[in-house]
Amino acid sequence: MRRDPSILHLDLDAFFAAVEQRDKPSLRGRPVVVGGTGGRGVVSTASYEARAFGARSAMSTIEARRLCPPGTAFLGSRFAAYRRTSDVVMALLRELSPLVEPVSIDEAYVDLAAGDHDLSVAGVTALATDLKARIAAATGGVTGSVGIGTSKAIAKIGSELRKPDGLTVVPPGQELDVLHPLPVRSLGGVGPATAERLHQIAVTTVGDLHRLSLVDLTSLLGQAHGTGLHRLARADDDRPVVADREAKSVSAEETYARDLSDPVRLGAEVDALARRVGTRLRSSGTSGRTVTLKVRRPDFSTLTRSSTLPQPIDDPRLIAEVAHRLLAGIDRHAGVRLLGVGVSGLATFVQGDLFALDEPPTTTDLPVDESPDPEQPAPTAAVPWYPGQDVEHDEHGAGWVWGSGLNRVTVRFEGPRTPPGRVRTFAGDDPALRPGSPPDWTPPDPSAPDPSGPDPSEPDPTPPDPTAAG
Amino acid sequence: MKFRVAREVLADAVAWTARSLPPRPSVPVLAGIMLDVEGNTLSVSGFDYEVSARSEVDVHATDGGRALVPGRLLAEITRALPPHPVEIVAEGSRLSISCSNARFSLPTLPVEDYPSLPSMPSAAGVVESDAFAEAVGQVAIAAGRDDTLPMLTGVRLEIEDDLVTLAATDRYRLAVREFAWRPETPGLTAAVLVPARTLADAAKTLTSGPEVVLSLSSGTSGEGILGLSGKDRQTTTRLLDAEFVKYRAIMPSSSTSFATLPVGMFTDAAKRVALVAERGTPLRCEFTPGTVTLKAGGSDDEGQAEERCDVEFDGDPLTIGFNPTFLLDGLAAVHTERARMDFTSALKPAVLSGVEPERDPDAAEKPAVRPGSYRYLIMPVRLPG
Repeated sequence: MRRDPSILHLDLDAFFAAVEQRDKPSLRGRPVVVGGTGGRGVVSTASYEARAFGARSAMSTIEARRLCPPGTAFLGSRFAAYRRTSDVVMALLRELSPLVEPVSIDEAYVDLAAGDHDLSVAGVTALATDLKARIAAATGGVTGSVGIGTSKAIAKIGSELRKPDGLTVVPPGQELDVLHPLPVRSLGGVGPATAERLHQIAVTTVGDLHRLSLVDLTSLLGQAHGTGLHRLARADDDRPVVADREAKSVSAEETYARDLSDPVRLGAEVDALARRVGTRLRSSGTSGRTVTLKVRRPDFSTLTRSSTLPQPIDDPRLIAEVAHRLLAGIDRHAGVRLLGVGVSGLATFVQGDLFALDEPPTTTDLPVDESPDPEQPAPTAAVPWYPGQDVEHDEHGAGWVWGSGLNRVTVRFEGPRTPPGRVRTFAGDDPALRPGSPPDWTPPDPSAPDPSGPDPSEPDPTPPDPTAAG
Repeated sequence: MKFRVAREVLADAVAWTARSLPPRPSVPVLAGIMLDVEGNTLSVSGFDYEVSARSEVDVHATDGGRALVPGRLLAEITRALPPHPVEIVAEGSRLSISCSNARFSLPTLPVEDYPSLPSMPSAAGVVESDAFAEAVGQVAIAAGRDDTLPMLTGVRLEIEDDLVTLAATDRYRLAVREFAWRPETPGLTAAVLVPARTLADAAKTLTSGPEVVLSLSSGTSGEGILGLSGKDRQTTTRLLDAEFVKYRAIMPSSSTSFATLPVGMFTDAAKRVALVAERGTPLRCEFTPGTVTLKAGGSDDEGQAEERCDVEFDGDPLTIGFNPTFLLDGLAAVHTERARMDFTSALKPAVLSGVEPERDPDAAEKPAVRPGSYRYLIMPVRLPG
């Protein structure tokens, strides 16, 4: 624990959904659920409007559909758009301090002591207020919640306390006052199982936990877990903020709506995953020597196989070649529920390949899929459109896929800088329609967020028949 | 079987045959060497269904016959014997070897279980043994060792009347060499893929006579065989049943700049700088008129090295990265004092070729087809930044 409240934790509010609402004016103020839209899809993020109906991240999309009212937008993920917005936020944090530790695309710790700041409670409160305003301005209205405290644990709990758009500074010495009334579930590492065991001995708040002896806790929860909670209940956390946690691998995986066993389909999926990994490697200027294939069977048994090459590679075709070989060595008769392709042993140089000379060395034109979200459906040739996808029409300009199915695709033509737009339906293979890039939201619209409310006459903007496997 | 033979003659013949014995035989008899005496000729042979080797030596025989003996042990024993005549006698299921005061008795393996060697296919043509050994050696270095892609472990051998072209690639470099030969029938054309290591090994060890006879049987069902016969030694190898890459399409037809390098000095400099290039990290070559600067290493937790070397360079300054091993392999294979490197760009293959000393500068514009036809393509490493 530090003497000054010098650790800041930022958590962007319902981040994916907030980016969607920014880029899709017609969805502002309405429930939005982002995640896998296929049969086994899982919710990545629900907007606060959707949370009001009970939708939560990690819930199955099927359950979220049952809970949310008609008119709720169920959208596939647009990682390139989220990454761009996240990069803007992380850059703002790096202006505060060289020590920024991104935890995920929408969450980071900042060590304010490494910057030149007034570390009084008033000083850091002013700093955080200014930071929140700058984030909202630079991202076109995405908000974040900030917690500041004397340790990572306190800062994180602080950011949770007043979500969304919250700010909590825990003054030095008041950590336990903040901590003890909270339910034990607020502590990192206390999930439903641990909470249930603690509940059985009448421990529901962090304050209750604080009264337990170390011996009681370790006998109940085991040595490591018990010791960890004992310390957390005392706000005893001296983990440093670690900047530049470099990526050790780049991977992509996919859960399928129906178990795959057709070798042709499996091969095509491996190719698609290799393409995603290769594109990400190339966009970050890296390459890797070890290719790993992950296969989860219908019984949830998970296998990984890897192969290390003499040279680091970034060519999707080479990655796919190795992955195919690894797949051939795995018994997949029972079917495949999930496939993943990863590349590790990263390097900054790439040995060129004589056989790939016809291929351009970089593919900046391809959509950059930045995050290895397991549930993110890859647009494959068989399923070209997914709800939420950015598209471009020769005549009507930029828009997003509102729904698709039966070789029809419905597009709403609007963007972050336009009012809510019109909906039009095209043939699924309309040559004038093609996938587009994430829209540009800058310069920030000076007017207030779009006030137009939901139009009750509009149907559910999801495909009528989500045969899309993913 | 009973015969006498000089120790060196026996040891050479056994050692040569033993080289092609499989390290881990699938069945025990394949670890054996067959000794077969007919008249006053001893043949020493081995076969593992892929490669066969057979050497013949003159002996003083009193009894003919055959015996199959553990090959590696026989090779070690014959190499260690003192320099005196050796007497070998098969007695029942054992083979006795006597030389001066030394005596060995080895168990034999069942002759009847041993596969018969493939018959030598009909001769396709004749090549000078030293030229063949050089050409194969220059090309085989570019072949891959990873047998997941069989095509890359082979040397492509193309016959076009009186010209043979060899090519091999591991997808990072490509070596091509042409040489003249005398085909058995004029106008002969053929193209086969030969396991690179076997071919390189055979070519290197068939130089005791002036010429090597190449024999080919391109069986219809992937059972093709290449035979190589030198003086007293012949070997066959099964051909690889794989398509070779269309390598001619990879060869650049033009270049935008080129350097002429002193091979010895440039090689020494590259070897020194490469000492800090770990795990295939690239050697950075910065070419400017008159100079190349070699650099390697660079990040904070690595060593760094830099060396300048005088070269002739014609073109816009170029910075290009190479895997040091690939570059050094090529430099070691050109076999000339000066070499030429042609460049198109930092991301396109560079072509290394020998510069024949007696030629005038104009000749360098168009490399001769033979004998200095060697070309070694290296795909560069894409450098960071």
